[in-house]
Amino acid sequence: MTVWPRLAQARTGGLAVLVLVIALLPLALTNNFYYEVAIQVGLNAIVCVGLNLLIGYAGQISLGHAGFYALSAYTSAILTSRFGWPPGAALVVAIGSAGLVAYVVGRPILRLKGHYLAMATLGLGIIISIVIATEDRITGGPDGMAVPPLALLGFPLAGERVWYWVVGVMLVVAVWLALNLIDSPVGRALRALHGSEVAAQVAGVDPRRYKVMAFVISAVFAAVAGSLTAHYAGFITPAKATFLHSIELVTMVVLGGMASTFGAVVGAAVLTTMPQVLTALKDYEMMVFGAVLMLTMIFLPRGLVPTIGAAFARWRK
Amino acid sequence: MSAELTQFLLTGITIGAIYALVALGFSIIYNASQVINFAQGEFVMIGGMTTVSLVDGGMPLPLAIALAVVVAAAVGLLLEKLAIERARGASVVTLIIITIGASIFLRGLAQLVWDKNFHALRPFTGSTPIAVFGATILPQSLWVLGVTVLIVAALGWFFGRTLLGKGMLATSHNRLAAELVGVRVKGMLLLAFGLSAALGAIAGILTAPITITSYDVGVMLGLKGFAAAILGGLGSGVGAVAGGLALGILESLGAGFVSSAYKDVIAFVIILAVLFFRPSGLFARRSAERV
Repeated sequence: MTVWPRLAQARTGGLAVLVLVIALLPLALTNNFYYEVAIQVGLNAIVCVGLNLLIGYAGQISLGHAGFYALSAYTSAILTSRFGWPPGAALVVAIGSAGLVAYVVGRPILRLKGHYLAMATLGLGIIISIVIATEDRITGGPDGMAVPPLALLGFPLAGERVWYWVVGVMLVVAVWLALNLIDSPVGRALRALHGSEVAAQVAGVDPRRYKVMAFVISAVFAAVAGSLTAHYAGFITPAKATFLHSIELVTMVVLGGMASTFGAVVGAAVLTTMPQVLTALKDYEMMVFGAVLMLTMIFLPRGLVPTIGAAFARWRK
Repeated sequence: MSAELTQFLLTGITIGAIYALVALGFSIIYNASQVINFAQGEFVMIGGMTTVSLVDGGMPLPLAIALAVVVAAAVGLLLEKLAIERARGASVVTLIIITIGASIFLRGLAQLVWDKNFHALRPFTGSTPIAVFGATILPQSLWVLGVTVLIVAALGWFFGRTLLGKGMLATSHNRLAAELVGVRVKGMLLLAFGLSAALGAIAGILTAPITITSYDVGVMLGLKGFAAAILGGLGSGVGAVAGGLALGILESLGAGFVSSAYKDVIAFVIILAVLFFRPSGLFARRSAERV
């Protein structure tokens, strides 16, 4: 009874659980399809951990993160397949350019608040997705384009089992970075912003600087997942750039629990696996998915992890 | 004015009127609850699809339209009663995710009740184009414009002259104060959802003969309605109408003179530019943020 609370609360405990889950999960993954789903969960979780810094901690909404995801994925794809760049260099440039776009656009956009910010980020995402779908000479248009495989130190990364560990390690690194950031002065500044922008300003926090920082960091996380997805899947289509995908990402963060890094991971896991489970329902799939989403948010309005965490804390007393 | 420009403007105003109706729905619910209802587009779909299937079943058009509006309004009321009211006290983002869940649920339901095919409603009164200043306009476009003008006038009267409408406005300005002077706040929220759903359905029915309808038309129309409401200034009735018309005309001119593939890009770039100079839209209520 004395070990559990410490493990449940300390962030090191959470990280240890995550590492343990990733290490032991292959025992349950009996075929390639399960591996595929697990990899997809990991990639979505990386995006959500970053997006949660923006939504859950800085209190700023974005309905356009699929744009950064796709921007990076397509930059990787185009540089490697059309210009013959080595995938590693393309990856760095792709992630960097998504971060740069986020910085340039973030500065004017983040002056907006609430629903206006939602609209602006939504518009940004839509602009990126239409450009990708229309410039078919470079991007392959709606049909998508092939992406060469990624190589690490000369070894090509191929096969579900290899990619599982690549994505697993990346997810642990992403979570570790996010947890450290939240516990740093930057994290405190972000939370102060979320509480009250004016109060934060009075206490010496420059709202614009920290909002843009959170926006760029979350875009970079999305970009990492985007480029990795492109190389892993070997093929990419504009579907991943649409605003429906942006909304899906936000839904994962909110369902898992805002301002909870592990919530973001859980939200990504639940919403990525649920459609796979629900395909058995065929025609009813969409209805049940919508209903589950509504019921979860009605009865657990703070999201899965914070609500369950609070229940666990009550139970201990 | 060249005939070409006139033609693009007429097309833009027609589609803009539809956006305006959807945007009004967004604004009414926003005023009542601070929530952006992402299921607003689904009301548009329900209106169009219900009318199409009732007419195909042999029902006269006016009756089918009336029934479709009632069905959509009932769905709106149920959404408020079963979902939004139960989640009272949850954060705005949580409420928005609930409406996203509702929109996915309704699209799934529409797939089951109907199918995934496209459906066309025949125009209300013929399809012979009418010549105007060297351009042409479809009779159905006149229906869209006429009905929109009537609805905007009726809403103006409702919010400006009736006790019920004033009660809704009072609720949107200050919930607690409205409750103190005897406004039934809960009822107002219910009314807002019913009214928005009815407006959405009317938009869906009016446009069904022009753009054809299917189970997923709501996604794009909902998005455009939201953009129009933001462009005009959330919560402002005048803003919703102006935003809708502006968006429709921008799109039509962009498609006509620049590129039809990039018409939405042009529209969104201009919206972003407007928000840069007016961060709360064109006709936002002037208010100071309380600290």
